[in-house]
Parts: sequence; structure tokens; C-alpha cells
Amino acid sequence: MANEFVVPAIVAVTLVTVGIGFYGLRLARTTSDFLVASRAISPTWNAAAIGGEYLSAASFLGIAGLVLKYGVDVLWYPVGFAAGYLALLLFVAAPLRRSGAFTLPDFCELRLGSRRLRILATAFVIFIGWLYLVPQLQGAGLTLATVAGSPYPVGALLVAAVVTANVALGGMRAITFVQAFQYWLKLTALAVPVIFLALQWQADGRPAVTPPDGPTFRVATTVVVEHRATLTLPDGDVREVRPGDELTFAAGDPVPDVSGVATDAGDWLLPSAAGDDDRGLFATYSLILATFLGTMGLPHVLVRFYTNPDGAAARRTTLVVLALVGVFYLLPTLYGVLGRIYTPQLLLSGQTDAVVVLLPGAALGEGLVGRLLAALVAAGAFAAFLSTSSGLLTSVAGVISTDVLGRGSVRGFRLATVIAGGVPTVLALHVSGLDVSQVVGLAFAVAASSFCPLLVLGIWWRGLTDVGATAGVMVGGGAAIGAVLVTVVGPPLSGWPATLTAQPAAWTVPLAFTVMVAVSMATRRRAPADVAATMLRLHTPETVRL
Amino acid sequence: MAKQLPDVGSGGAVPPPRRARIVLADITRQDSRAERTRAELAQQTQVGEALVRGLVRAQLALALRLSLVVAIGLGGLPWLFAIAPSLGRTTVAGVNLPWLLLGVASFPFLIGVGWAYVRLAERNEQDFTDLVQRPER
Repeated sequence: MANEFVVPAIVAVTLVTVGIGFYGLRLARTTSDFLVASRAISPTWNAAAIGGEYLSAASFLGIAGLVLKYGVDVLWYPVGFAAGYLALLLFVAAPLRRSGAFTLPDFCELRLGSRRLRILATAFVIFIGWLYLVPQLQGAGLTLATVAGSPYPVGALLVAAVVTANVALGGMRAITFVQAFQYWLKLTALAVPVIFLALQWQADGRPAVTPPDGPTFRVATTVVVEHRATLTLPDGDVREVRPGDELTFAAGDPVPDVSGVATDAGDWLLPSAAGDDDRGLFATYSLILATFLGTMGLPHVLVRFYTNPDGAAARRTTLVVLALVGVFYLLPTLYGVLGRIYTPQLLLSGQTDAVVVLLPGAALGEGLVGRLLAALVAAGAFAAFLSTSSGLLTSVAGVISTDVLGRGSVRGFRLATVIAGGVPTVLALHVSGLDVSQVVGLAFAVAASSFCPLLVLGIWWRGLTDVGATAGVMVGGGAAIGAVLVTVVGPPLSGWPATLTAQPAAWTVPLAFTVMVAVSMATRRRAPADVAATMLRLHTPETVRL
Repeated sequence: MAKQLPDVGSGGAVPPPRRARIVLADITRQDSRAERTRAELAQQTQVGEALVRGLVRAQLALALRLSLVVAIGLGGLPWLFAIAPSLGRTTVAGVNLPWLLLGVASFPFLIGVGWAYVRLAERNEQDFTDLVQRPER
């Protein structure tokens, strides 16, 4: 049942991306145009570009999949992804723009004058960037496999190649136009189908999302299992399934309980309660902390702020971004909820990330409208992979070209782009078992435990020293990276150790702040002599001409 | 008019004065007190230092106050749902309250806080600018 509109839609998105990239290239005449878009982009354009860059595979596909699987507790993901921009607005946006730093390593050197800290920050930017790039490329591979039946490496390689070429040739100016276009495409690709889905739901007699007897199959369904799981059938039988198993259900059959999935209506519908689920509550708060504070430490987010003309514009841009992503995040939840009714088989197959792509076809049938909307959603998903990967690649290539290759030239930037794009592509081709949303969540945790304390204390506290900052980033960020490695490649854990490593932010963020403050106070004499001048530069409004 | 002016190069006629560019901002800048305050800021004198410290403190206090609003307004929710499970079962228009609060209401709330911050932070900066430009007031 291949949908003949999907491939043309994906090709169109890719061509438009490349096309706008080359249009931008024609406009980019100087190195300044190329790297920072000559710092002359209006707040609205810039905000749409930041929003377009930010809404990744995790936002477009992952949130709906998590809502389908786990229910109300994961609504903290969209809330936190949006709230991260509020934290950025409150503590970082205007001073960072006034500092004139283009990247996080720039900020370190400018504020603390330490080469060693600059190298450490560069390493963290590259680690976070690659940790975030791998799941984007994987999402592309899996989506193309789901909607067009292509082998997994095709989608990953396609996105990697398009993005690397576009960033290397078009640079930052082109990327701004591409990203802004992709924000609106992503919003449309979720908003238009949701109207049709809601009408269909009305026409079907408003079936209950959580029927008293648990979810049921609406039509006869054959499920191919993708992940190992334990099923509990309605008659009480327990059955182990492994990848490749086929299960057949008739219309009206109840969906069996799946291990690790909130199949039960109560678990799905209601938040975790105290007493019986303290670990759930800890994980929720840890997630809140990681997403609220992690956004400001993501390398591709910060690099954008430099394209604002001044600090006040940076602030207004951030507010518009907050509004744009807030509007977007209303939508994925609806897909997850409707997925409970129309695509319960994903709970069994384990491919919950595919719910956004499959829902239009499942709910509206294989008619013309259903196929067109499915193609629109697939195009939006590709916009998500392309835009976030472009932003990440631009920022990782930026630090590689200035800090590793040591050249600020356009040619150096192009070479850096190829390096920055090549490594995660190889990783994405070799590790295909990682969970998109989980890895993105870990990238937020690492950013929140390393760059967030560095930025917040660097901007607001005169007492920060280079030794304190280095120690804080090493201990806090190092602990978060350790947790990431244990979660991704370590042995399977259970109980508290599993919770503490899967959602580390609640202990690594306070740890980073504490170490940074304590060591800075112990090395008070190393505070930079020009701190007063730096503070003046960071906080003085542009209306006061010095 | 211009073509009726005498030829400057010939004879001993006094050359016309160079054309002076007058920009409104330059006139304001001639205010000597404001000039001095700006110089104090730039030269890190104690007065300038105190002015900047005041601005930084005001902006930080504003940011912390608004984060407290968010910490209580949003951060209190998981705890509230945990200690009062009946709240989770309350439905409004057929939807459970936690879904409405998190899935819908939280976004306008965040945008509202952000909007208030931008306004208040710009007001702080305006106060600072007024202080620097017109120190006598």
C-alpha cells in the first residue's frame, strides 16, 4: 500500500531546502554574510528560523510517540522544550548578544580569558552536537523506511548529504531563510491534518480515548513486532514476543497489555502519584530541570543569537520564539491521543515514533485525502530532520573551524562542515537501536549540567573564576556524560540506579552549580581583573553610547 | 543659489565656512553632565561601577522573581498531582485537568511570563538610561 505522494513530497521539501540555500548563497557576498548573516535579520525572521531549527525529530515525531506510549507524564517534554526558551530569555538572551560571543567557547574566553576552558567548552559543544545529530539522522532513516519502504541507511544518508552540502555551500545566511521556511512547513504539516483528524473523530461518533475495557483494534490488523516485549492477553495468558513475530487481531479485539507501555487507562490518563511511584516523581522533576535549563546550553540555539542586531532585539526574538514553539507544541499531543484510538498496533510493534506519520492514513483511510495528508506529514518530518541537522551542523562546524582547525575562512568552515557531518553519519549507520527521544533528552541533560551554570554564573556573578568554571563543567558535565554512556551502552539497570542514570539532571545540575561556586570562591584571587568592564558590556543597554 | 557663489580659488576672497553637519543626537550629547556620567561608566570609576551594579542587580532580581513564578506555577504541578490524586481525575469539558493544564494552559502561561519580562527588563534599562543621560533628575 505504498503512497504515491510521499516520495514526491519528500523530494519537494529537499529541493526547496536546497533551492533556498542557493538563493541565499547568491545573496551571501562577504564572509560576514556567510557566517553570521551580517547580523541584520529581523526578529520575526530570526524567531521563525530559531523555531524551525529547534523543532527536531524529537518534537515532531517523538513527543506524539511518547504520549501514545506513556500518557500524561510525558507532557512535560513539550512544556519543558518551550520553557527552556523562557529560561534563556530571563537569564541569557540579551547579555549574551551584547557580549559579542559567536559560540560558547567564544563566551568562555571573553568572560574568563582562559584558553583551557575554551578547549573544554569546544569538546562539550562537539559532544552535545553529535549526541543530538545521531538521533536526527536515525529518525530520517526510520521514517523513510516506514513511509516509503526504503532500507534504513537511505534516509540517514540522504539527510546527511543534503544538510552537509547545504551548510557548506550556503552558510548561515542561507540557513536563516531555510529554517524560517521549515518552521512554517512543520506547523502546517501538523495543523492541517489535525483538522481532518478531528472531523473524522466526530464522524466516527467520538470514540472514547480510554474506553473502560482498554484500547481495542478498530479494524482487522496484523502486527509485526519490532522490539522484544512481554504481552498479557485479555484471558490472562502471558506471551513473550520477539522481533519479526506476526500477530493477527480481528476488528474489535482488545489490545493486549504490553510490558513497559501504559496500556492501562489509569496509568496513561493520570499523573504518577506519591508513595507508590517516588521514582516517577523524581524522573519528572529531573526531566523538567533538564529541559528548562538545557535549552540555553544547546550549541545550535546560541549561535543564532548572534544574528540579532542588539540585545533588546535578542530579547524580543526569544519572546517570539517562545510563542511560535508554544503554538507548535499544542499539536503533537493530539496525535498521541488520537493514536490511542486509530493506531493501537504501534503499542505492540514498539514503533510508537511512527504515530504522526501513520495516523492520517489509519484514521482517514486510503482515499485521496488520507494519502495527501500522509504525504504532507512525511514532508514535515523531513523538514524537521533537515532543519535541526543544519543548525547543529552549522554550530559544530563553526567551533571546529575556529577552534580545532584554527582558521576563520570560508574554506576552513567548509572543511569543518564535512568533518562535523561525517562523524555522526557513520555513528548513525552503525547504531540503530537508540531511542530518538531518550537520546535527545540526554543531550539536554548534558547541556544543563555544563553550559547552563557556566552561562548563568558567568553573566550574573562577578566571582566566577576560570578554575571554578572548569571544575564545574568537568564534574557536572562529566557526571552527565557518564550517565549518558551508562544508559546508552552500559548494562541494563533497574530501580533507583536506572532512574538516576536515565534522568540525571536532578543531581548533575545542582552538582555543577555547587562545584562551580565553591571552587570559584576558593580561588577568588583568580577572578579576571577586567570583570567590571565585561559586566558593563554585557548589561548596558544599547541606548547608552559609550 | 549655489551657482551664484563666487569662485573661491580666485582673488583673496574669504573661503566660505566648511559645511557643518548637525545631527540631533550630537546636540543631546553636548550635555556635559551626561557626557561625564558616560565617561565614568567607561572609565570604571566608583560612580559608574555602582550604576552598573545597580542595573545588574535589578535585572537579576527581576529574572529570579519571574522564575519563582514559573517554579511555583508549573513546578508545583507534579507535586500537587502526587499529593492530591483526585485532582487528576477532575474533568473539565470531558478532559482530565492535568492534560488541560500541561497540554494547553502551560504555553500561554509561559508566553505571558516572557512578555512581562521583556516589558519590565526594558523598563529597567530605560531607568538606567535616564539616570545616565540626565543624572540631575
